[in-house]
Amino acid sequence: MVKRACDKLGVLCVPSRLAILTQPLNGRPPCHYCDQCGRGCKTASNFSSSQVLIPPALATSRLTLITHAMAREILVGQDGKAVAVSYIDKRTRNEQQVRARAFVVAASTCESTRLLLNSKSRLFPNGLANSSGVVGRFLVDSVGSDGAGYFPQLERMPAHNHDGVGGLHLYMPWWKFDRKNEFLRGYHIEFGGGRSLPGVGQFHGVCEHSEGYGLSLKEKCRQMYGTRIGFSGRGEMIANDQTYCDIDPNVVDRWGIPALRFHFKWGENEIKMAKDMQETFRAIVEAAGGTYVTRTEASGENRYGISEGGEIIHEVGTVRMGKNPRTSALNGFCQAHDVKNLFVTDGACFVSNPDKNPTLTITAISWRASEYLLEQAKSGNL
Amino acid sequence: MERVISRRDILKTLAVSVPAGSVLSLIPLQAGQHAHEMVKQEKRALPTGQYSPKYFNAHECATLRSLCQTIIPPDDQTGGAIEAGAPEFIDLLTSENEEYQRRLGGGLIWLDATCSQRYGKLYLDCAPGQQKEILDLISYRRNAESNPGLQTGVQFFGFLRRLTADGFFTNEIGIKYLGYRGNDYLAEFPGCPPVPEG
Repeated sequence: MVKRACDKLGVLCVPSRLAILTQPLNGRPPCHYCDQCGRGCKTASNFSSSQVLIPPALATSRLTLITHAMAREILVGQDGKAVAVSYIDKRTRNEQQVRARAFVVAASTCESTRLLLNSKSRLFPNGLANSSGVVGRFLVDSVGSDGAGYFPQLERMPAHNHDGVGGLHLYMPWWKFDRKNEFLRGYHIEFGGGRSLPGVGQFHGVCEHSEGYGLSLKEKCRQMYGTRIGFSGRGEMIANDQTYCDIDPNVVDRWGIPALRFHFKWGENEIKMAKDMQETFRAIVEAAGGTYVTRTEASGENRYGISEGGEIIHEVGTVRMGKNPRTSALNGFCQAHDVKNLFVTDGACFVSNPDKNPTLTITAISWRASEYLLEQAKSGNL
Repeated sequence: MERVISRRDILKTLAVSVPAGSVLSLIPLQAGQHAHEMVKQEKRALPTGQYSPKYFNAHECATLRSLCQTIIPPDDQTGGAIEAGAPEFIDLLTSENEEYQRRLGGGLIWLDATCSQRYGKLYLDCAPGQQKEILDLISYRRNAESNPGLQTGVQFFGFLRRLTADGFFTNEIGIKYLGYRGNDYLAEFPGCPPVPEG
């Protein structure tokens, strides 16, 4: 139904790719369509590093997993090489250290940044590997705006299992790349809805709209169930110099480790993108015979329903890679320019925001970085 | 050691009104089922098999039960809010949330006071016709526009109505009433029936 509307409008709408198995692989069974991915996949059919990458690594007997550990800082030796990680054992609350010949930081974008910024020393007064000053800067999150439509034709659907695989079934990848738009870069649209597991808040809209009480309200909720489809636009934010994170001089966590503090501002490009998202959602909903039920403002705090910075939780960019050590922290292999035996292989190394969903790219980048690390180690270069 | 989900955790997730990340994020919505499960566990554990209220007193509980059942009543095939455990669900959440305590506790007091003024009796003691009359007034926002004295009641009722819907539709009875067929084990997914045209 949504795809037909998109075809009418010239909006690209295709089946989405998911990291979910449809055939058995390496002892993991295929998906059984329970649509409870968000609660942890019982059969490891849906990829997660804890279920898919760690067990085979442990099986080599060359991996030691230290749990209940909160890394506090990376220590450097006189020669400017990283020598140890200092961490807090959460159970005893004591500090421990692990010495190593090389270090790979992948604590997720902002936590990796925090670890580096907290690893201050005489050699690195602004934080480890931060002679460029870029660590914490170039912070970007996805531009987000949401909308929903009510589709009366869905009232007549018979009761059925509509789950399918968890996550996206179809989506709209950026399609206006062939023309000049009011803004730079682009966005994709995720959508879903219908007869999903009833949850808290599900019928608040019906209650507010229908009011009253009693059997008529009860029946109205059932009538409305499954008739709503939500759309989420997720786009590329351009980094600006008012959006960054740094160490909060006043706040530490329960382990005594200084916390991060965030500074965030959307640029006009992002606002225009959110406006385009709203207009597109409305067009799709109406082309599919529905009513667009979302209202946003052109002014005020959340113009065109733009998300709060960081709310889309796919931030990247704060330990960026680059050729020039004065304007980047890592080289193309995620190796720190300043500290040859230190690597940062999570979203922090990105130089721009790919709309959202960086995981597959992160796995590819870290695979490449790992092979390079191994080769450098064997050549004695680390 | 596994960490048991605490009441505070449930309320923290339920307090997040809008799922972040993407439209398909479900965790806060599913926390409703944890609340029902906690009520069930307590009933199983106690010799009386009853849930003992954590916040509301006996009179407030009785009033709440009556109101919830009126908001979502039973019909010839399905139970209502009481059968679905909505009053216990609401009491559990309210016991940990000061805003709920103000809005519901204060609202119940408003209702009894208003009924005393109009009919000389507390809500529960009023005749069915009187109860219907007052609820018909506070269940529509427009009535507070012409009579600002009803504003408190309108806001209270709106809030209670949403919570009752939450409690009912996240319970097995409500889920079955809607005809939800998912969260099942399927070796293959056959797709959905076509959307009726016209």
